[in-house]
Amino acid sequence: MNELTQVVDWSRAQFALTAIYHWLFVPLTLGLGVIIAIMETIYYRTREEQWLHTTKFWMTLFGVNFAIGVATGIILEFEFGTNWSNYSWFVGDIFGAPLAIEGILAFFMESTFIAVMFFGWKKVSARFHLASTWLTAIGATLSALWILVANAWMQYPAGCEFNPATMRNEMTSFWAVACSPMAVSKFFHTVLSAWTLAGVFVVGVCGWMLLRGRNAAHCWRSLKVGAWVGVVGILLTSITGDSSAVTVAKYQPMKLAAMEGLYRGSAGQSIVAFGILNPAKTATNNEEPYLFDISVPYGLSLLATHDPHAFVPGIEDIIAGRNGEGRDTLTYAERIARGKHVQELIAQHDVARRAGDLVAVDSLGKAINADFRHFGYAYLDSPTEAVPNVPLTFYTFHFMVAVGGFLVVFLLLALLFVYRRQLIEGRKWAKAWWWLSIIAIPLTYLCSASGWIVAEVGRQPWTIQDLMPNKVAVSDLSAGYVQITFWIFAVLFTALLIADVSIICRQISKKSKEDLG
Amino acid sequence: METYNILQNYWWFIISVLGAVLVFLLLVQGGQSLLVHHRDVGERSLLVKSLGRKWELTFTTLVTFGGAFFASFPLFYSTSFGGAYWLWMLILFSFVVQAISYEYRTKQGNVYGRRFYDALLLVNGVVGPVLLGVAVAGMFFGAEFTVTKSNLLDVQSATISTWGPLHGLEAIASWRNLLFGVMLFFLARTLASLYFINNINDAAVSSRQRVLLSWNAPAFVVLFLAVVAVLLTSRGVAVDESGNAQWVAHKYLTNYLEMWWALVTLVAGVGLVLFGIGRTLMRRDYTCGIWPAGAGTLLVVLSLFWVLGYNGTAYYPSLLDAQSSLTLRNSASSEFTLTVMSVVSVLVPFVVGYIAWCWFLMDRGGISRNEE
Repeated sequence: MNELTQVVDWSRAQFALTAIYHWLFVPLTLGLGVIIAIMETIYYRTREEQWLHTTKFWMTLFGVNFAIGVATGIILEFEFGTNWSNYSWFVGDIFGAPLAIEGILAFFMESTFIAVMFFGWKKVSARFHLASTWLTAIGATLSALWILVANAWMQYPAGCEFNPATMRNEMTSFWAVACSPMAVSKFFHTVLSAWTLAGVFVVGVCGWMLLRGRNAAHCWRSLKVGAWVGVVGILLTSITGDSSAVTVAKYQPMKLAAMEGLYRGSAGQSIVAFGILNPAKTATNNEEPYLFDISVPYGLSLLATHDPHAFVPGIEDIIAGRNGEGRDTLTYAERIARGKHVQELIAQHDVARRAGDLVAVDSLGKAINADFRHFGYAYLDSPTEAVPNVPLTFYTFHFMVAVGGFLVVFLLLALLFVYRRQLIEGRKWAKAWWWLSIIAIPLTYLCSASGWIVAEVGRQPWTIQDLMPNKVAVSDLSAGYVQITFWIFAVLFTALLIADVSIICRQISKKSKEDLG
Repeated sequence: METYNILQNYWWFIISVLGAVLVFLLLVQGGQSLLVHHRDVGERSLLVKSLGRKWELTFTTLVTFGGAFFASFPLFYSTSFGGAYWLWMLILFSFVVQAISYEYRTKQGNVYGRRFYDALLLVNGVVGPVLLGVAVAGMFFGAEFTVTKSNLLDVQSATISTWGPLHGLEAIASWRNLLFGVMLFFLARTLASLYFINNINDAAVSSRQRVLLSWNAPAFVVLFLAVVAVLLTSRGVAVDESGNAQWVAHKYLTNYLEMWWALVTLVAGVGLVLFGIGRTLMRRDYTCGIWPAGAGTLLVVLSLFWVLGYNGTAYYPSLLDAQSSLTLRNSASSEFTLTVMSVVSVLVPFVVGYIAWCWFLMDRGGISRNEE
């Protein structure tokens, strides 16, 4: 393995490590923020002390979780510069704006009002305090909005144009960046999945307390809010998941093919509900793709295009440029050739610009823009280099969908039990149900992380879809340096995670023994 | 082109403001480094309580400072962060451990014990200001990098910014950078003492902080004078209208002389800082020293950023190739992006307004031992 490959791999590993740790804490902050705000609103309207106790109980857990989310978040922002410096220049003109807006509009809102939320109970009016709690939740959501806009842009680079004079992409439409279909579906799908996770967390913690026989009234109060938020979250996550699939099918067909382990597509393509991939299968051999599979006819065509008879291309089709009858596109080999041609044009543009040949600059500029969408392919050694890790994408996608399906049923039942407590109270299987609710917490975390693995691994090898592969985006560093910081991060984040989980468990145990009304 | 230049200058002004606010808010780090001087648990608890409500503002300002730099001058983000890797990584590590320490230090089940988290606060209190100072000093005194944008077309080696093999360790080892960093550390401690005196209603804390101020402030003043002397006698990279860059002697001194408003700002800022410190040391009933000293700090840092970036100056000189030095003109985002960001920046006064209002509400009457 050469030095560049090692730098790319360790930089990717470091970013993935940071992102996964960060995402362990952020969804709970997003969802629990809303749950706390709803609870405090009920307290504000009813002035019943028990709602205040319940609000403060969950607020304590929110605070512990929030701090570590902040800690891991700062690394992510700066890693774009430290480990992906070429990327920072190539698209900083577009990508930096959402990050700056996130800082100005969201982070300050969060950091200011969270102080009021925690320390302001006796310093500000009840109304102002409630507003602060809501503004903390809104600040966190706005923060998610802007970082997801930035991420969506990497998956679908809209609203920009390459400037050969500066050797970078430049923004041409802010609204095309902020409101791209990818950004909209990613934002709602991600934030609503965070509501789901927080809902499951509340149900699970209450399940543990009810198993221990502690503060039943507080638990049922919490369950009412938690289950509602969870149900709304999972139902809307499912709906937005559908729109996400349509967007991916349109803009990232290779990712969709990897999600399904689909090598040769067809019209009326079935979807694999459950399958085991054949490890011997690659994009260049004729092995069967699955060792075993259970498929639903027309499912993938319906999911990807909402038309049961539509053609869905597989990995081999995409490489060969097959996109259904009469709608064929460029092969990947042709894209590589076009990419190399564009790079030659850019070099010529540079020469013409330095010579002051404005006519040539103008015509070369037009030729570059016409084919620039293939720019990144010039860096690929072969067409198959553009195929992501199929097994990882396939299994995490199917795990996510399966757990998502379980959560729909689980949360609907949890809500039913809130309103029909007689269905569960005193039943023999109640204990098993509350145990299930505890198990659902880590399961939902894994489901949430799987979603991100699908999104990020599925788009490999691109840092920016079709424009910049990872190996061009990295900084000029030695692999050894990145390896050292990777292990430091790994040890540090793991140590912090242990402390975080330990504190949360101890807080739940301690607070659940207090009289919460 | 004229509008584009104005936008670049405007965004350098915004960066200057964020940098100035960040330096002022480093009082949190300064405060953390002062915790060890309070043996009494009750006193230390008061200090932590006072800082615990502010640390997120410093943290958020640092993140926004980085985000704004990324959005407005992406070539700096690309060159400095990827190049001075160890410098920025050490800064980040110190801020990561700070973020959890306030919340975890007294919580049951925190695994490592209160002393461990207090040690982390101390690490951030020392490493944060010193290394941020080193990073900013590198912008004055230069760093070992080259930038070749056309490298992007080299399929085998596409990195546009290259750096020396030490990747930022050499910047930490530079005495001029370290001088700047240590000066910033003592400024942070000085501002922290002034802040505690104003924010905490406790005779013991106030008395101890006045003693600490009496030796931190002179140390800061001496270091500040040394930094100014080094700065005004240092070379800088001057850039002409056509973009040609070259090292010239006394560039920053020349900038102060040619930009009278920056000099007036510097003098006014120094005067206010000295007034805030001096009056607090001389009058035991005076507790508002943080406000003139804080305002003075903002003015001094603003003036430093102005002489760093304006008047045809490269704000990040390359020690290896003057032509690779970063200027407002060759490192900025496009006119369109700067315009979009400028629209967003209209909201900054509103943001500052609600932060000030909340700070006022939370700090009314100060912090005392009776408070929850």
